[in-house]
Amino acid sequence: MKIVYTDVLVIGGGLAGLRTAVGVKQRGFDTIVLSLVPAKRSHSAAAQGGMQASLGHSAMGAGDNEDVHFEDTVKGSDWGADQRVARMFTHVAPKAVRELAGWGVPWNRVSQGEREAVINAERVVITESAKAHGLITARDFGGTRKWRTCYTSDGTGHAMLFALGDQSIAHGIPVMERMEALALIHEGGRCYGAVVRNLVTGELSAFLARATTIATGGYGRIYKVSTNAVICEGTGTAIALETGVAELGNMEAVQFHPTAIVPAGILTTEGCRGDGGILRDVKGHRFMPDYEREKRELASRDVVSRRMTEHMRKGLAVQSPYGDHLWLDITVLGREHVHKNLREVTDICRYFLGMDPAEDWIPVRPTQHYSMGGIRTDHRGESTTLKGLFACGEAACWDMHGFNRLGGNSVAETVVAGMIVSEFIADFCAGSESDINLSTGLVREFVEREQAGLDGLLNSSNGESASAIRSRMEEIMIEQVGIFRTGSELESAVEELEQLLERSRRLSVRNRVPGANPELVAAYRLPKMLKLALCAALGARQRTESRGAHYREDFPQRNDRDWLNRSITTWPSAEATLPRLDYESIEVGDMELPPGFRGYGTRDHIDHPHSDQRHRQIEQILKAVDPNDRYARQAALMPFEHLLPEKYRPRSQRLEIKT
Amino acid sequence: MSSPSPGRTLVFKILRHNPQDPTSEPHVARFELEEYEGMTLFIALNEIRERFAPDLQFDFVCRAGICGSCGMVINGRPGLACRTLTSTLAPEITLAPLPVFKLIADLSVDTGEWMRGMSERLETWIHEQTPVDLHAVEERMEPELAEAIYELDRCIECGCCIAACGTARMREDFVGAVGLNKIARFRLDPRDARDDGDFYDLIGDDDGVFGCMSLLGCHDICPKELPLQTQIAFLRRKMVRVS
Repeated sequence: MKIVYTDVLVIGGGLAGLRTAVGVKQRGFDTIVLSLVPAKRSHSAAAQGGMQASLGHSAMGAGDNEDVHFEDTVKGSDWGADQRVARMFTHVAPKAVRELAGWGVPWNRVSQGEREAVINAERVVITESAKAHGLITARDFGGTRKWRTCYTSDGTGHAMLFALGDQSIAHGIPVMERMEALALIHEGGRCYGAVVRNLVTGELSAFLARATTIATGGYGRIYKVSTNAVICEGTGTAIALETGVAELGNMEAVQFHPTAIVPAGILTTEGCRGDGGILRDVKGHRFMPDYEREKRELASRDVVSRRMTEHMRKGLAVQSPYGDHLWLDITVLGREHVHKNLREVTDICRYFLGMDPAEDWIPVRPTQHYSMGGIRTDHRGESTTLKGLFACGEAACWDMHGFNRLGGNSVAETVVAGMIVSEFIADFCAGSESDINLSTGLVREFVEREQAGLDGLLNSSNGESASAIRSRMEEIMIEQVGIFRTGSELESAVEELEQLLERSRRLSVRNRVPGANPELVAAYRLPKMLKLALCAALGARQRTESRGAHYREDFPQRNDRDWLNRSITTWPSAEATLPRLDYESIEVGDMELPPGFRGYGTRDHIDHPHSDQRHRQIEQILKAVDPNDRYARQAALMPFEHLLPEKYRPRSQRLEIKT
Repeated sequence: MSSPSPGRTLVFKILRHNPQDPTSEPHVARFELEEYEGMTLFIALNEIRERFAPDLQFDFVCRAGICGSCGMVINGRPGLACRTLTSTLAPEITLAPLPVFKLIADLSVDTGEWMRGMSERLETWIHEQTPVDLHAVEERMEPELAEAIYELDRCIECGCCIAACGTARMREDFVGAVGLNKIARFRLDPRDARDDGDFYDLIGDDDGVFGCMSLLGCHDICPKELPLQTQIAFLRRKMVRVS
């Protein structure tokens, strides 16, 4: 049995994982990154439109700051977010952009003087300040009051990932490619590393570490149609669940992006609408203003996706051999803008649809896009229940997104969480609590258990193949655990998924080689994916309200009285077919921004009994504070700076740009 | 959307070999599929694996032409399989792994190790002059310069340029267009402290810019349409001047 020792094991080589590895390395700890694919191929590369940070240097971002970003994020989350975490995030986001600028990300810059832009389908002239010339600029995204999304054309994730990938090489961090963690090694509520399979040779080994970090992204591929890369199967989240100790949070909170192309399901960035693109129906009518008079196409993603689906249900969709869709029209932006600032979109349309989006409308429909749910952690990024296990990025429920995340906040979260969490991991590793007292006998047990599972699959001859079960799971998720949900559909989804999980325990493969074997991989991942699907479906069935991306047609109101909480799932035992579901309440009394009207549709939610009280309390508190000192006002309501690693506590400077 | 003639039967001839398996001999395997509208090589290869060859190996990640995982030789020409519509090809389609890189199996090659080696040799990261003050307003940059850097930063390290390169076939340590483009990118970036003398030390030999024979296969096939020809020519002139 091969055992590899390191200080910090990072599972996942995308932006969150790499930034974590760089962070602990800078603090003097050894680290190894495991990745299913070469790190620069991670799904982070597919983030197109940009990352939110309140620099406030573009004319349309003037007056922006952490307070505005915080408020947008909390409203976007439909009050599901941990507000302290949202504060930590918005405080550090400008620092993350600047760090990446230092590492070479060619952020687009403010160009002084007049320029044309499209806002609400009309050409307008924006005058950029000479004072801001050459500073990092921003574009508009949904659900934000300011233009806050920093970008490099529409290849932002690519530029960030390559800069960070190169930094990890500069720091001499080993990134082991084509390596998959199959199980976490743990005992007595403490995580010690993972059992890892080499996807080329099939060899198993044990990686032992003081701290283990999961940064494996989302679980979008449990859905039939997803913008996610094919590797986004949630297996990192699943191995945490399978410990029976680590908790997952809000697994039913799944985001659908309004504009993926039909039929391939490939994303076209929110930047299309942020830059002025509009949505049209079969008649060519621009319908979003009919539903959302104020925010129109730039309402938050959950709202736009629901409105689009609602509109298609009225028979106003375009019918195609691949199902119904609507049109995304960016021809209004003009050829030069489309070909320069929406380049990836142009390429995607050219190669997958054979058309030029500067000339023709793009066929789009809402498609699974993002997993708000994940491994539940505290504000330090450590699992709430499994010591020594950390998680960050999309794999985590940290929880800054609550039930809906804003566009541009996820790619920002990857690096911001990596910065913050790596400091806490380093602190943990510096202390004696990270000491490992573990018998190699226990390690052997974990490795042998995984080996036995694989041997079972390779030797069994009368089991089912994984692919039919997997397809059925994907269908159930998209049809019954999708944008619009009802109790009866969710009931039947849970029931059938449970049967599929039982069937998935009796699989066999045609290809019986122990080494590189895509069929074997699909077979051993399937039960993991089904467990995540069950967490999402059960969480959705039990949550009899609508919040953010979780929309129950039979319970259309947000219900703060009964449901201002986080769904917490754990997996009770290896034989179990259903997760255990608990709830973690979100305290109104601690909130800087108590629940209120989110600004979409009409005001219609059930108040929390303490909401009014907290609103009054806040008024009282603020009376005693200087109205011109926004830092003091914030600190009086909900102090958070002490929660940050010391190096990130200073305030971020910005130039005050006059509008 | 493209509309191929209906009902074409596609014949795939795939070069197969698994070096992990001592009994494996390189051979061409033949598969037939009914084509349908919108079919890409990503869809076709998955269908072949599902129906006929569960052990067939290939790499896809984003399946959107963004990540560069699926470089392979398509009818003799390196390209990204995921965004290649079968309707753009004749009904007989030959697929082979990218040459030069270490073969993992079938259509899967190890570009990761090669690219990391190249990055380590050429130090493809910003050599900071002074560490950034994270709390202060960022350094300014001319908007046009940022765009010019992004233009070269768009490389996805798919390896197609290496597979299409005559020198890379003959010279094991040649850094290729991917490496030279990176040097051009960092040379353009004022945040990088290195000067032409430093870059000369990295690429001023036959494994670097002087190894290029100007066949320009790289430029012709680059899936991101990077201006490789002009960048290599420009670098060569600069490096001659330094030498």
